[in-house]
Amino acid sequence: MSSVAVTKKKGVGAVIWDYLTTVDHKKLAVLYLFSGLLFFAIAGFEALLMRIQLMFPNSDFISAGTFNELLTMHGTTMLFLAATPLLFAFMNMVVPLQIGARDVAFPFLNSLGFWLFFLGATFLHLSFFMGGAPDAGWTSYASLSLYSPGHGIDFYVLGLQISGAGTLISAINFIVTIITMRAPGMTFMRLPLFTWTTLISSTLILFAFPPLTVGLFLMLVDRMFDANFFDHTMGGNTIIWEHLFWIFGHPEVYILILPAFGLFSEIIPVFARKRLFGYSSMVFATILIGFLGFMVWAHHMFTVGLGATANAIFAIATMAIAVPTGMKVFNWILTIWGGSIKVTVPMIYALGFIPSFVAGGVTGVMQATAPLDYQLHDSYFIVAHFHYVIVGGIVTAIFASFHFYWPLLFNRALNEKLGYLTFWIFFTGFHLTFFVQHFLGLMGMPRRVFTYMEGQGWDLFNFISSIGAIMMAVGVLLMVVNMLLSIKSKPVNCRDYWGDGRSLEWAIQTPIPFYNFKQLPLIRGFDAYWIEKQEGNTEGMTYAEPLGDIHMPNNSILPFIMSLGLFIAAFGALYHPDGVSWSIPVMVIGLGITVLAMIIRSVKDDLGYHLHKEEILAIEEELYGKGGNN
Amino acid sequence: MKKGLKKWSLFPVLAALAVVLSGCGEEYISALRPSGAVGKEQFNLLLLAASIMTLVVVVVSVLYLVAFAKFRRSKLGEDYMPKQVEGSHTLETIWTVIPIILLLILSVPTILATYKFADVSAMDEVDENGDPKALTINVTAKLYWWEFEYPQYGIVTAQELVVPTNEKVYFNLKAADVKHSFWIPAIGGKMDTNVENVNKFYLVFDKESAGLNDGEGVWYGKCAELCGPSHALMDFKVKSLNRDDFDAWVAAMKATEGKTASADSTDLGERTFAQNCLGCHAVSAVTPAGAAGPNLATFGDRNRVAGYLEHTKENVEAWIKDPEKYKPGNLMTGKYKELTDEEISAVADYLLGLSVEK
Repeated sequence: MSSVAVTKKKGVGAVIWDYLTTVDHKKLAVLYLFSGLLFFAIAGFEALLMRIQLMFPNSDFISAGTFNELLTMHGTTMLFLAATPLLFAFMNMVVPLQIGARDVAFPFLNSLGFWLFFLGATFLHLSFFMGGAPDAGWTSYASLSLYSPGHGIDFYVLGLQISGAGTLISAINFIVTIITMRAPGMTFMRLPLFTWTTLISSTLILFAFPPLTVGLFLMLVDRMFDANFFDHTMGGNTIIWEHLFWIFGHPEVYILILPAFGLFSEIIPVFARKRLFGYSSMVFATILIGFLGFMVWAHHMFTVGLGATANAIFAIATMAIAVPTGMKVFNWILTIWGGSIKVTVPMIYALGFIPSFVAGGVTGVMQATAPLDYQLHDSYFIVAHFHYVIVGGIVTAIFASFHFYWPLLFNRALNEKLGYLTFWIFFTGFHLTFFVQHFLGLMGMPRRVFTYMEGQGWDLFNFISSIGAIMMAVGVLLMVVNMLLSIKSKPVNCRDYWGDGRSLEWAIQTPIPFYNFKQLPLIRGFDAYWIEKQEGNTEGMTYAEPLGDIHMPNNSILPFIMSLGLFIAAFGALYHPDGVSWSIPVMVIGLGITVLAMIIRSVKDDLGYHLHKEEILAIEEELYGKGGNN
Repeated sequence: MKKGLKKWSLFPVLAALAVVLSGCGEEYISALRPSGAVGKEQFNLLLLAASIMTLVVVVVSVLYLVAFAKFRRSKLGEDYMPKQVEGSHTLETIWTVIPIILLLILSVPTILATYKFADVSAMDEVDENGDPKALTINVTAKLYWWEFEYPQYGIVTAQELVVPTNEKVYFNLKAADVKHSFWIPAIGGKMDTNVENVNKFYLVFDKESAGLNDGEGVWYGKCAELCGPSHALMDFKVKSLNRDDFDAWVAAMKATEGKTASADSTDLGERTFAQNCLGCHAVSAVTPAGAAGPNLATFGDRNRVAGYLEHTKENVEAWIKDPEKYKPGNLMTGKYKELTDEEISAVADYLLGLSVEK
């Protein structure tokens, strides 16, 4: 581990090795960011293909079977492999900085979480080249998924099992980090909102992923060994899958939207130059949404036939979630009310988010109205609803945060003009795509159809919707172009890039050294950096300790090897039902690699290393010139 | 907020929404133009929910646009320092209480309708002869077609549901292979056909279907749950008749009892059908439910081939020639020997001649 050579040019091989072995939360954030972006682009492309197919009635651009693969992979990828890692990227980058920590609590696990996620996701995507992708929808309802021929569903089950383990590990890591690694003075009620939402959302992962893991495991043994958990002819029950899936699946929605709320709760106060309105009610609302999120899963199953009492209870419980969500929306509006609003790219996304998300939220309440949902369920109305929430809420948050946090992530800024252009094209395309879909659903169009016949009154709206989708694709392309352009742009080399930063992450000068804080800061209140600025502290923070040696973790290739072992073993499990001779050996070798790596990790003490005071001063001088970070 | 709510009475919003929404979609398939008690009540709930929600969106948007217009830095000056407000208990109480009230308004009809639609107790009521009072139809969803059994009359049909108007028609819903969902948007909401249990619900058809869509004369039904490659093509049609016409139809259906295709027939179509198709497809409506293929007793009366293709001889021939092309994943492909064009044409003629209405 060479620590001092921060600015030295490294060879390509050395850079790759560095990223394979890194345990630095900032580098893992970059890995999450680019892999998330890659899967976002793939899933977006799948959506574009589907919308082109649906542009005209009775079109034969894509076959029925392929369409089902596309819709399954689009949903699965967007939720598990695009939105989750992109949010994890910001959590990894920002949370340790916001709480004044040098890294997460378990840097090794952080790396393990990423590689499990990435190799699980890669495994799932290999299905396209190895006999066909899963085709039973992202919900993979049991009767259809057991009936589905080929290995598509096996790829789904094994890929999600591996990547899900990664997500779970990362969530545990965030929880421990936020609870134990807060800088002196950073009490819970001084935590920035993004840290709060990360904490709650990680807690949701902790409780929501086990039911999914169980469901996937039952599905796996059903398909591998005919275990019959879901085969009703053998006494199994497919509705159990639906419950397990949605007990996970509904909190999953909040797992994604809460961090998005958190990001906007950071962005809005900065560009309104005003303290977040109703901080404690925002925290309370976050916790309440997280709690209620577990109480409402059966609203996805109103038409399953659970009975009037179950439907009525889940209807009311679902409506209740609107209350804390409404609190949040009004708090954001009151934050800008009386503020001094500066329109920037992140802020314009935030401003676009509020009405879009509210529009998506209220259609959710409409669907909570169980008897009305009998009409809306599984129609294009629901497609419109969840895309309003996911694109209008989560994707806008992610795009806003690309601009907002790019200076922290890469010491570069994204282009403003191109950013506005991207926003307007993407945002217009988004409403064009999904607004008319509400009406398509009400006009009788079921979701997940690969085509539709003329003469049902759906032609025009489908055409409009597809035009919107093309605009969204252009928007995403422009965003990527903007990122590529930023490579060539000048380093920003500054503190508080936006000028009105409030929380601690803006107190650090970019480029951020790998140890984040040469001395741990002392937190004196909510909006720690704002307080220091108001008091004229040019260093951005008050220190809680004198300059001294810093203890840092060593890099390790073991997380990658552990994940790789499971990745290999998954191929054995996948082909085992075919009766091939090599399936057991491959499983043994794969699991052997993982276990061996775990043993090495356990028996070999890795105590990390100390960065000495002189080295720190040398690094600071190299990064910031004479005088260091002052 | 308070002022905003007083200004915005619910009723104009509701009325405006009703006008806008009811202009949407085709009468035979749109949930926005309901033709039955269930669908109408659901539409009314839609109006109520949508108007409350429109109100919310409008209030939020107005507040937000005003804030955005009023508090721009370009107006206030670069150095303007806003007051750092922590929050306000009064405001927070208001925007907690008002949504709760709005939701209570919505939840009362929600609960009432939930129980109302789930009430199928009349299915078991019998008259003095022990005959059931209400019409019950057993629906079985299969890869990718629908079987409709009328247990009271001992008749079976497929793909085209026939129902009487102005009475509650009860349904037993079940799937034979994978999960599907039974949905007639213009009449009422959907219910899933599960593989392991029977779901029950009812619908009411207010209007005879005869005049719909320039004489096409059917309501459109859909499968609403992803069920495989041909999910999108798993359509069915519904004919609603007045009670007299319905009874006449039932009688005509019963009259097909014993009808079959003969392998010794002089008609090439009937002979070919008997040799290749009869194993799965009955031509008599009086048969037990649960056949491997759709009952064809009413094939000549139908509106569509394979549930969605235009009802022409060419399409019948094309379908028999290569069902996989028209419904990928169907269970008919490969179940019969390759037929010559002559045989296919004869079978198509034979099938189009199967009718209870002509």
